[in-house]
Amino acid sequence: MADSAHNLSNAARGWESAMATTGIEAPGRAQIGAKTLRTDAWWIAPLLTFLALTAFVVYSAWRVFSGKYYFYEPYISVYYSPCLSTSCVPGSEFAGSPISWWKMSPALLVAWIPLAFRFTCYYYRKAYFRSFWLSPPACAVAEPHGKYTGERRLPLILNNLHRYAFYLGLVLNVILTWDAILAFRNHNGEWGHMGLGTVFLTVNAACLWLYSLSCHSCRNAVGGRITHFSKHPVRYQMWTLVSKLNSRHMMWAWISLCTVVVADFYVYLLASGRVSDLTFF
Amino acid sequence: MGYTAKFKVWRGDDTGGGIEDFNVDVNEGEVVLDIIHRLQATQAPDLAVRWNCKAGKCGSCSAEVNGKPRLMCMTRMSTFTEDETITITPMRTFPVIRDLVTDVSYNYEKARMVPAFAPPADLAPGDYRMAQIDVERSQEFRKCIECFMCNNVCHAVRDHEENKTTFSGPRFLMRIAELDMHPLDTVDRREVAVEDHGVGYCNITKCCTEVCPEHIKITDNAIIPLKERIADKKYDPIFSIASLFKRNKQGRQAAPDTPHATK
Ligand code: SF4
Ligand code: SF4
Ligand code: FES
Ligand code: FES
Repeated sequence: MADSAHNLSNAARGWESAMATTGIEAPGRAQIGAKTLRTDAWWIAPLLTFLALTAFVVYSAWRVFSGKYYFYEPYISVYYSPCLSTSCVPGSEFAGSPISWWKMSPALLVAWIPLAFRFTCYYYRKAYFRSFWLSPPACAVAEPHGKYTGERRLPLILNNLHRYAFYLGLVLNVILTWDAILAFRNHNGEWGHMGLGTVFLTVNAACLWLYSLSCHSCRNAVGGRITHFSKHPVRYQMWTLVSKLNSRHMMWAWISLCTVVVADFYVYLLASGRVSDLTFF
Repeated sequence: MGYTAKFKVWRGDDTGGGIEDFNVDVNEGEVVLDIIHRLQATQAPDLAVRWNCKAGKCGSCSAEVNGKPRLMCMTRMSTFTEDETITITPMRTFPVIRDLVTDVSYNYEKARMVPAFAPPADLAPGDYRMAQIDVERSQEFRKCIECFMCNNVCHAVRDHEENKTTFSGPRFLMRIAELDMHPLDTVDRREVAVEDHGVGYCNITKCCTEVCPEHIKITDNAIIPLKERIADKKYDPIFSIASLFKRNKQGRQAAPDTPHATK
């Protein structure tokens, strides 16, 4: 975020000179003298994206670092699952919570996975390159940087490893699905009950699956890398299905971001005693 | 109903120029190119404009209309209000020749750098047989009319002249993807996509897709799949180890040398 504010101020100063030497006013091109001639409100989309992603990052950082109010039987916050450190509150442990040397918030042991997954996601790359890095802020609007090397060097070349974040994300999805199943119990651990938290956890798990399965790396893995679909009918079917989901990847990216926040915030409200669970049966 | 529209048109050449004001009559059903032609016929007989089909199929009339890359022949006047001032400039990424005409030879140089389609040596031209599902992905890319608006809008070259030597732009990354997915092609172009065509410059910001008049999903269906295929070969440690143990069924060859853009 600091970077982004820095960018914006750089933008104002750097724009004129960058344009004159290397960009749209480079020698030989039509000398037009405006960074863009667009008359529509091109800045709204990057601004909204900037605000929404910033809000999400701030909220997530607060929840992840706080180390508190993440479990209310039978619900566990998405940021804290699987809860792996011995400091996890009773009932929230996962596989015996074996990690004893970890002294900070247990969320930090797992939250880097969704962070890496979303940071290297092809959609979020578009989102942050446009709204945080202004590269470009919108189409046919000159970017403020004098130099641009893209994703060819460290650290951005690591975005090419998105698939590994995707695989880890799948493991997490399985665990979060299990959490949603566990949520069909009541506060005393008896099965066959449902509350508002059950709905939030279930919907969240479903949306995370849709986000993950619509991933471009998933599309490549299930069939995209094949040249002869005709020899692999099953993978062709899977690729066709994933392609359908993939065309809505941006939508699932945003919906799942919202469901994560809602599901977590509800657990926070319950665990901190601010509300009591709305139970259906 | 006819009305008089306010137009601003960039006029000049590579030594300089500026935006000039015109008032031009507009009739119902007309497109921007009609108005430019009326300007030529009535007020500016020496106005340079490139066009050919007036049907959105030849890709000649690319320009920027109110700052957005558009085909002038496919931009209806009815999409503007009657009191709106409409600004027309040449594409801003390529050198200008005169008025609305630019020199797009950058694109031809990059096209020549893409290693050509290479069917198996023992297959005679009349014997090509392919299943429809194997070719349909690349058929989307064949809709391209070579208007070069995608390469014009791509910030990697639009905002950085110096990247023109190392980056070929979305049009030709798409061409490489097309050949990489081709069921009868035998050449592996993934290395040249990185080294000669600069696929790593693309940061998936999708402006090429936004401007394509053929609505080709350039980023989602060509560039990202290409990046993933390159990751299979170049960046994925597990995949590269696994491929050592697998017989390469397609027996893909390394890409041959091609003419390189003048640097
Ligand atoms: S998606 Fe990539 S190739 Fe297309 S305009 Fe953006 S940076 Fe250029
Ligand atoms: S891909 Fe689309 S925008 Fe690019 S040259 Fe072809 S038709 Fe034009
Ligand atoms: S999660 Fe967005 S592309 Fe993989
Ligand atoms: S004149 Fe042919 S595309 Fe416009």
